[in-house]
Amino acid sequence: MECGRKLSEVTIAFEAYGELNRERTNAILIVHALSGDANAAGFHRGAKKPGWWDAMIGPGKAFDTDKYFIISSNVLGGCKGTTGPSSIDPGTGKPYGLDFPLISINDMVNCQKLLVDHLGVEKLLSVAGGSMGGMQVLSWLTQYPSRLRSVIPISTAIRHSPQQIAFNEVGRQAIMADVHWKSGNYYGGPQPARGLSVARMVGHITYMSDASMHRKFGRRKDLTDPFKFDSGFEVEGYLHYHGEKFVKRFDANSYLYITRAMDNFDAAEGRSLHEFLKGTDANVLVIAFKSDWLYPAYQTKEIVRACKLAGLEASYCEIDSTWGHDAFLLEIEEQTHLITHFLKKVYNGYEAMSEHGV
Amino acid sequence: MAFESNRPDHRIIAKLIAPGSSVLDLGCGAGELLQLLIKDKGVRGQGIEIDEQAIYACVARGLNVFHGDIDSGLSEYPDRSFDYVILNQSLQQVRHVEPVVEDTLRVGKKVVVGFPNFAHYRVRLQLFFKGRAPVTASMPYQWYETPNLHFLSVSDFFVFCRDKNITIERCEYIGDGGRISRFPNIFAQIAIFVISR
Repeated sequence: MECGRKLSEVTIAFEAYGELNRERTNAILIVHALSGDANAAGFHRGAKKPGWWDAMIGPGKAFDTDKYFIISSNVLGGCKGTTGPSSIDPGTGKPYGLDFPLISINDMVNCQKLLVDHLGVEKLLSVAGGSMGGMQVLSWLTQYPSRLRSVIPISTAIRHSPQQIAFNEVGRQAIMADVHWKSGNYYGGPQPARGLSVARMVGHITYMSDASMHRKFGRRKDLTDPFKFDSGFEVEGYLHYHGEKFVKRFDANSYLYITRAMDNFDAAEGRSLHEFLKGTDANVLVIAFKSDWLYPAYQTKEIVRACKLAGLEASYCEIDSTWGHDAFLLEIEEQTHLITHFLKKVYNGYEAMSEHGV
Repeated sequence: MAFESNRPDHRIIAKLIAPGSSVLDLGCGAGELLQLLIKDKGVRGQGIEIDEQAIYACVARGLNVFHGDIDSGLSEYPDRSFDYVILNQSLQQVRHVEPVVEDTLRVGKKVVVGFPNFAHYRVRLQLFFKGRAPVTASMPYQWYETPNLHFLSVSDFFVFCRDKNITIERCEYIGDGGRISRFPNIFAQIAIFVISR
């Protein structure tokens, strides 16, 4: 691992949709954001909600499972099947807790590469993801350019701004201030639920926009379920609800480790990204959203600038949306259009594309 | 399969571009010209376009396109990144003409500029006899809805190039019935220049 330590064994939870073709040229890796997991599409047994990008992955969708083989895995350090701080340390027989080594975005990608190797895919058709997923996409592009034909980084950054680090730090401090956190040694007892839910609430504020919050909540006070909280504002009920819901599905230590990995990430290691892209022949599709203030368009444009300087085949679209950072999960129609045609070109070549006529 | 474009300015520009060259189309719109150049001339093409819906059309054509404005999208390119930079029907719409033209001459080895001629005889007649802001085939907008910020004639562009030490390599003119060569400042609806420095 980048920190110099070793994990003696690693489990990687993954899902795959569609079928790998005989030439093994149709595999696409989907990489998830901070709170995501391997379940990108479809319903797990008994689940009320489908995977986190279900609207984008499936037959006839942007990532068309009739054409492509879609791979999605839980990141290293996560808590949804892949080894993380809540996993059992084979050396001690107890959960790692803070003995888990510091992870990096590149470490996550190195695990994904092992998975891709394991599945027998020499060259991925594409690697796609938004937010922290976009960081993994950039890590793939700089670390393993020969292993992919295209990348789709969405609503992401080459490196975190102080503002992004600051919001993550508030989340971490909330977790560590919880009496139940006990320096990360809470497994077997009550988890630091209060702290983790506050961290999630801060997160949710940054995922929305002023406009989307006006639309969603206004100044309404909701006295009915499901957000019923002492005649509080609807927005408060929403945050409480999502904070509590998150605690049931996420591990507080994972939150600390993963947000730290995001903050430490720098796709260009302090230099200019284009220096890392010279000689790369990957096709690039960069997507940003207008009202996203957590990952503002100026950051995605830095990726575009690097593509220009390195002379890569690239496209960029800043989609008009009022949903804030959440837009990459919600603006399906525009993303579907862009990604469908982009993948078609990369997969079939430009000529095949234009024969269909436009 | 030869690709046909029904726009005469596109056909003329396609003749001006050397096969296999690299092209940056500023204000590429829905990408018709770029697609023509890729198909007929085998160019390596990149577009820059401000309109979001036009971006979707370009991507559907399989083109590489950046969403952004011409005024700021050009400065990020290294010197002589492209064989040609095209400013077709977009020069009159950029806010700051001089810096944009300077930047195109830096980024491209040659620059193709196409614009509607404001001194076309029909423009002159409308202005003179009707006393109205002209509306013609090459300038089809009412004064209150036009995206054009600058109104220039063929002669204006010659003077501009002379004053700025820009070399004019070729000029082509489109009049009422197609290509023309005589008295372009009166009879050209559209002028297309290849310039360099």
